[in-house]
Amino acid sequence: MNDLSASSRITYGAVPVQAAVVRRIRGLSDKVLAWLFITPTIVLLLAINIFPLVWTIYLSFTNYRANRANAPVKWLGIDWYQTILTDPDIWAAMQVTAHFVFWTVVIETVIGFGLAFLIDKKFRGHGMWTTIILLPMMLSPAVVGNFWTFLYQPQIGLFNYVVGFLTGRSASSFQMLGDVTLSPWAIVIVDAWMWTPYVMLICLAGLRSIPDYIYEAAEVDRASKWRQFWSITLPMALPFIMLAVLFRGIENFKMFDMVNLLTGGGPGSTTEVASITLKRAAFESWRTGYSSAFAIILFVTVFGLANIYVKALNRVKSR
Amino acid sequence: MKALLVAGGALGAVLGSGAMTTPAQAQGKTITLCWAAWDPANALVELSKDFTTKTGIGMKFEFVPWTNYADRFLNELNSRGSLCDLLIGDSQWIGGAAENGQYVKLNDFFKKEGISMDDYMPATVVGYAQWPKNTPNYWALPAMGDAVGWTYRKDWFARPDVQKDFKAKYGRDLAVPKTLDELRDIAQFFQGREIDGKKVYGASIYTERGSEGITMGVSNYLYDYGFKYQDPNKPYAMDGFVNSPGAVKGLEAYKELYKCCTPPGASNSYMSEGLDAFKSGQVALQMNFFAFFPGLHKDPNVGGDKIGFFSNPAATTRATQLGGQGISVVSYSKNQGEALQYIKWFAGGDVQKKWWALGGYSCAKSVLNDPSFPDSAPFAKEFLTSMGMVVDFWAEPSYAQLLQAEQKRVHDYVVADKGTAQEALDGLVKDWKAIFKEEGKKF
Repeated sequence: MNDLSASSRITYGAVPVQAAVVRRIRGLSDKVLAWLFITPTIVLLLAINIFPLVWTIYLSFTNYRANRANAPVKWLGIDWYQTILTDPDIWAAMQVTAHFVFWTVVIETVIGFGLAFLIDKKFRGHGMWTTIILLPMMLSPAVVGNFWTFLYQPQIGLFNYVVGFLTGRSASSFQMLGDVTLSPWAIVIVDAWMWTPYVMLICLAGLRSIPDYIYEAAEVDRASKWRQFWSITLPMALPFIMLAVLFRGIENFKMFDMVNLLTGGGPGSTTEVASITLKRAAFESWRTGYSSAFAIILFVTVFGLANIYVKALNRVKSR
Repeated sequence: MKALLVAGGALGAVLGSGAMTTPAQAQGKTITLCWAAWDPANALVELSKDFTTKTGIGMKFEFVPWTNYADRFLNELNSRGSLCDLLIGDSQWIGGAAENGQYVKLNDFFKKEGISMDDYMPATVVGYAQWPKNTPNYWALPAMGDAVGWTYRKDWFARPDVQKDFKAKYGRDLAVPKTLDELRDIAQFFQGREIDGKKVYGASIYTERGSEGITMGVSNYLYDYGFKYQDPNKPYAMDGFVNSPGAVKGLEAYKELYKCCTPPGASNSYMSEGLDAFKSGQVALQMNFFAFFPGLHKDPNVGGDKIGFFSNPAATTRATQLGGQGISVVSYSKNQGEALQYIKWFAGGDVQKKWWALGGYSCAKSVLNDPSFPDSAPFAKEFLTSMGMVVDFWAEPSYAQLLQAEQKRVHDYVVADKGTAQEALDGLVKDWKAIFKEEGKKF
């Protein structure tokens, strides 16, 4: 009946061609129809994801510069890869990145999980506290960067004032953004401030997914709260915690905006993370081939590490 | 050379980013002029109304804050965009824009219209118009002269108690410094001093890491101590010039000034941070580009009688960092004829005079060599002195790479206390050699 009505609607319509198309489609197999629907998506994916990736790989073997489009393009083979992988500055940038990723992920996970654990207790006003805690991650990184630049200002910044008050030091006696020892931590603090709520949110979802009857059974077995935490809460929330670590790890490996706003990579090169180096090579020096190779190296690094991690995550989930 | 970063604040905000149009005749064509958003751009909008009145060609302006200026317009050029018919591009872009075919070569046009580069200050012709340098190949008309200079708190200098303390400490009168050592003494004298119940500091200098700030600052010391980009007799030969004993001293002196006499937290300062420090009454001295001086002079708090200006003092020799820009016709423009008409009009003697009167820095000899010029503004004489001793950064097509290398090496040494000045400059020579080698240069 549906077929008939559909067919008649089209037959009586102003465009008889449509009816012919429908007749033709009705003769198609499910497989062909599936391909028909999925093809536009595949084409789009190829155009905006795969083609740029393949093109970047190609460019990484050449001396191409985007600002000299007319210059002859020379095939360099793996020269850029060799140059990058043997460049001490690049390794220094990778070290800075690793430091940043490690500490932000550790701090955000510990505090984020702790906050989720507290919020999960459903005390009075927990909804309001959840909203307040989530506020930083709702702000734009540009706003956060500028906001913290003022907070870190040695003469008028609130951060220095508070630390000075607590430690008895003069507020202007230390520079969070201008000191080689402190500046990497200044960025870690800002990132942790902004993204800990995100980790908290994921952990909270994990905690809320644990059925109450498991705790009730544990209570019947007279398991202590500590025992319940170690044997039930943590293992069951672990896949979620690991997911948060994965997301934050990948995000922070690519971190650019916050570092650029707070220190611009300085003092010296103390906070020059890989993405800053890459941006400078690609869009300031216009070394397109070189930066393509660097981008591929970074991509492979993240992809490889994320894959290993996902395998571990799946193992935890299947337990 | 002028900057990638920040003019921001009150100066740039007046215009902000985005397009503006002057009243144009409805039937006429409209051309777009691209530049940075700052005070001189305001003056240019005002000035250009005469062009529209005279020719019927409407003017549209695309002004971008300094923070995004280079990114925005270099992207535009590199993507062969036709947004800008006229571009007031940074001096160091000339090499790349010329070699990549992004600017229209103006030799024939100048010849046809009787525009002579002899009518402009030599330093501005070399800095803003020529590529290769010191050859008669012109890609721009010198438009906005600029250089690094200094401002000082004239009112603080004039205080009898301050004068007395200074004389007791240094055995001479507190006056505008003639040498970089004197400048350091003055900065040191004011550092941490209390004036009107407020703690003040010595000097605001350029230390910015991300774009070009510290390079633009340290150059004023390096040049004065004998730094040269290359052997004058053997291009691209840098050993013993970039890292000469004099250059090492200059770099050490800059670090000394940074360490002894800048406000806390000044590890990433450039133009806008300098303006903020000076306008808020925080510092006695400020290093900045002359383009900001008209605005500072008008400032209700620190301007007028309270501010004084001086050009970069000497060490073993005397020089200063070139700022400023030339105006070019973009080769992808669909309105090249009209854009050239604008350049012809802009080069006119009366227009150049009005340009200076409105707050732009003319590069025309007819304006600058006029006997009344030094007295035409409190900073005019110092500007003239500065333009007679300017040196510019590399204008090579690879200038950005060269700049990044210097930013890193110098910031590492001056701000991050990494290594020695000799190591920093030796490292810079190494970096620059590698860049030129990649460019296929022989040295």
